[in-house]
Amino acid sequence: MKLLKLVPDDTNIKFLKWRVPFYVVSLLLIAASWALVMTKGLNYGVDFAGGQEITGTFLEEPEAPIGELRDTLGTLGLGDPVIQRFGEVNQVSIRVRLPESAEGDPAAANRIATQIIDTVTEQHPDFRVDSNNTVSGKVSGEFREKSVYALLFAMLAIAAYIWIRFEWQFGVGALFALFHDVSLTLGMFALFQMEFSLQIIAAILAIIGYSLNDTIVVYDRIRENLKKYRKMPLPELLDLSVNETLARTVMTSLTLLVALLPLLLFGPASLFGMVAAIVLGVFVGTYSSIYMAAPILIWLGVTSHSFVPEETVAEKQDRKARGEI
Amino acid sequence: MLDFPLWKRISLWAITLILALMAIPSIASLSGVNLPSWADEPQINLGLDLAGGSHILLEADPSQVAAQRLETMEESVRSLLSDADPRIRIGDVSTANQRLSFMLEDAGEIDRAREILTPLINGNGLVREWNMTVMDGNRMVLTQTEQGLEQAVTDAMDSATDVVRRRIDDLGTREPTIIRQGDTRIVVQVPGLEDPQQLKDLLGQTARLEFKLVDANALPSDIAQGVANPGSELVPYAQDGDFAGQFEAVRRLGGIRGDSLTNAQQSFDQQTNEPVVSITFDAQGGARFAELSTQNVGDRFAIILDDEVISAPTFNEPILSGSAQISGGFTTESANALAISLRSGALPVDLTIIEERTVGPDLGRDSIVAGALAMGIGSLLVIVLMIVTYGRFGIYATIALGFNVLMVLGIMAFMKTTLTLPGIAGFVLTIGAAVDANVLINERIREERKRGRRVVAAVENGYREASRAIYDANITNFIAGVLLFLFGSGPVRGFAVVLIIGLFTSVFTAVTLTRMWVAGWLREKRPTEINV
Repeated sequence: MKLLKLVPDDTNIKFLKWRVPFYVVSLLLIAASWALVMTKGLNYGVDFAGGQEITGTFLEEPEAPIGELRDTLGTLGLGDPVIQRFGEVNQVSIRVRLPESAEGDPAAANRIATQIIDTVTEQHPDFRVDSNNTVSGKVSGEFREKSVYALLFAMLAIAAYIWIRFEWQFGVGALFALFHDVSLTLGMFALFQMEFSLQIIAAILAIIGYSLNDTIVVYDRIRENLKKYRKMPLPELLDLSVNETLARTVMTSLTLLVALLPLLLFGPASLFGMVAAIVLGVFVGTYSSIYMAAPILIWLGVTSHSFVPEETVAEKQDRKARGEI
Repeated sequence: MLDFPLWKRISLWAITLILALMAIPSIASLSGVNLPSWADEPQINLGLDLAGGSHILLEADPSQVAAQRLETMEESVRSLLSDADPRIRIGDVSTANQRLSFMLEDAGEIDRAREILTPLINGNGLVREWNMTVMDGNRMVLTQTEQGLEQAVTDAMDSATDVVRRRIDDLGTREPTIIRQGDTRIVVQVPGLEDPQQLKDLLGQTARLEFKLVDANALPSDIAQGVANPGSELVPYAQDGDFAGQFEAVRRLGGIRGDSLTNAQQSFDQQTNEPVVSITFDAQGGARFAELSTQNVGDRFAIILDDEVISAPTFNEPILSGSAQISGGFTTESANALAISLRSGALPVDLTIIEERTVGPDLGRDSIVAGALAMGIGSLLVIVLMIVTYGRFGIYATIALGFNVLMVLGIMAFMKTTLTLPGIAGFVLTIGAAVDANVLINERIREERKRGRRVVAAVENGYREASRAIYDANITNFIAGVLLFLFGSGPVRGFAVVLIIGLFTSVFTAVTLTRMWVAGWLREKRPTEINV
């Protein structure tokens, strides 16, 4: 049987040739992402903003009366409720942020949720509540805090591990690649104003993990080649390492994608944002391992001596004497 | 590397099969197949987002405990000092600034007062509960110690947890989980609930019932201006009652608390047929109620629930039976809820719902079906991709993947961890990523063959050289997973659990098991060429 080869043997793509323009573009993208996060802001879901997210089905109506709901719920004085179709045509999600007046009143979130459900069921007795997520300002503040800690600690702990296993330059490189991935994911969420929830934090941590897989595979090969080809110039050696691991990089990204795409298309509606973030992260992570994590080693001054200490004159003579040179 | 003695093969197979078999009961019950009871365990725990149900986080405000202790202390001090023989007279009592201060009319009594109050200060003797100081020779000031308050909050939360449990049991729901969390929080998880609002109403009701005499001397004009006579206070009428918005002036002290009830039932008033709650006092409470009603025949008293007046009827005659009826515009449901709350006892502190996650049973079921479908299609695609790319080695990887999924489920069932909706995403991610180890190994074997190594050496090198990156990658993923578990909450934790368990099983199945199978094949067939 002839087996499929996604990547031809012995590729020799000069990835590193374009490292400066790619770096410039990536740095600009990172800057643009943060600018977006700062200006447009993230569209916090109830986990982080507090408030209610209620999803439900109108059992006896062909279509959810979204316009009418906007009008009736708008009169409750709860600010601007976000009402969207959710899943089927007769299903909706109603999202209301906690009004500022609710600050310092932990009971407000629950009271408002009851008010919303009562208002809708009064006019539409066929409305069935499928889910109700109500988070008070106190709890959402804790979630925000914990999420920042989780992301920071994960990045630092991983960088420290890479440093221990490789060299400090690799730790910095991996950290930078992760920073790139996290920044671009956040930027994407700010740009498209997709709902940013606890699930997205989980997705980002998964992205961190899998982007790092790629980085580690490339780094491992660089380390191996540094020991093997001690005279090769670093850019050439990095190109060689990336090319040698290219088949694996493509194949793994592909298996991840084919596993995730059905979940994105046919999976539960409430997982959509999370899975979309991970799919996005697969692309960003693969790119960053090749174009962010590898070239930075050149600028950080990695040499073949990073892993094999330079021979002393005595050792060299010793080898000569044994006839190895 | 490729040496697998018999004992090793047997133990690897044993581990694999035992863990994989433990997944069977869960898979059977998820797909609706009934197994005989001996084969029905262990079962994986379904999170509320999949099984349907309510997760409710309740929080108490410790300052409320402090305020209540102060009030109780004031009553005790007053009654102890006025019961003393001869009576010690005090004045200028204040509970402002979280301390109780009062003046003795006769400064010479200070030592006697101190002696009388000492038992109160020391509480149960384990921790000193109050500090007592004397100012200006005749003013005594009592402040709560930190340990005393801490102990009181802990006690209050313990008993609040018990009350919550009794109330939920009274609802007749199955398998509720009620756990104390931190210093001031209680987590309630109730699977498969028909009406979450009923549960919330029940938990939100403190059910502190009080009977206080109405201050007959209060002028309506004073009440309208929000002014009460000394020794009285203004209490608002219930929001949903007939007198909403009005206030009643009642005597602060000398009432009866509803914590001395032995029973409470919803019933109907025999004359008006409106829903009421019938309560029965215990012996002590009954005697107090008899005394109060006898001394105040013809006077009005207020029935106060959670600082709101329900009604203010008149004592028409002494009530000696030890039972009474509470009316005040109830519906059958609200009367029944109040009866449950009163039966289970009052909450020692108000509990506020600060987080609620409710998922209806239909949505949960739909999520499982959609998730399982997506997982099936995804697995199929991964399998096809692996087999067309790596041939025989792809088949090994695929079988390993099958065992991997079973083992993750089996371990989760055995450890009684919870499968949540994000956990399903974790499964799919594990499936996509687990084969990465095989990809690494197989690509390496390809490379080694290209460099001209013989089959066995190429396979051996492939496994050895690839392992480094595999272990490093899994350890870093493990770090990310653990941090997600530590800082995550609820459903997201379920995602971390699947990822973490999946890392271990992936390395075991994708590296160790496939190596054993490849080694067996090489030994048996001794191929000189491999198609990888």
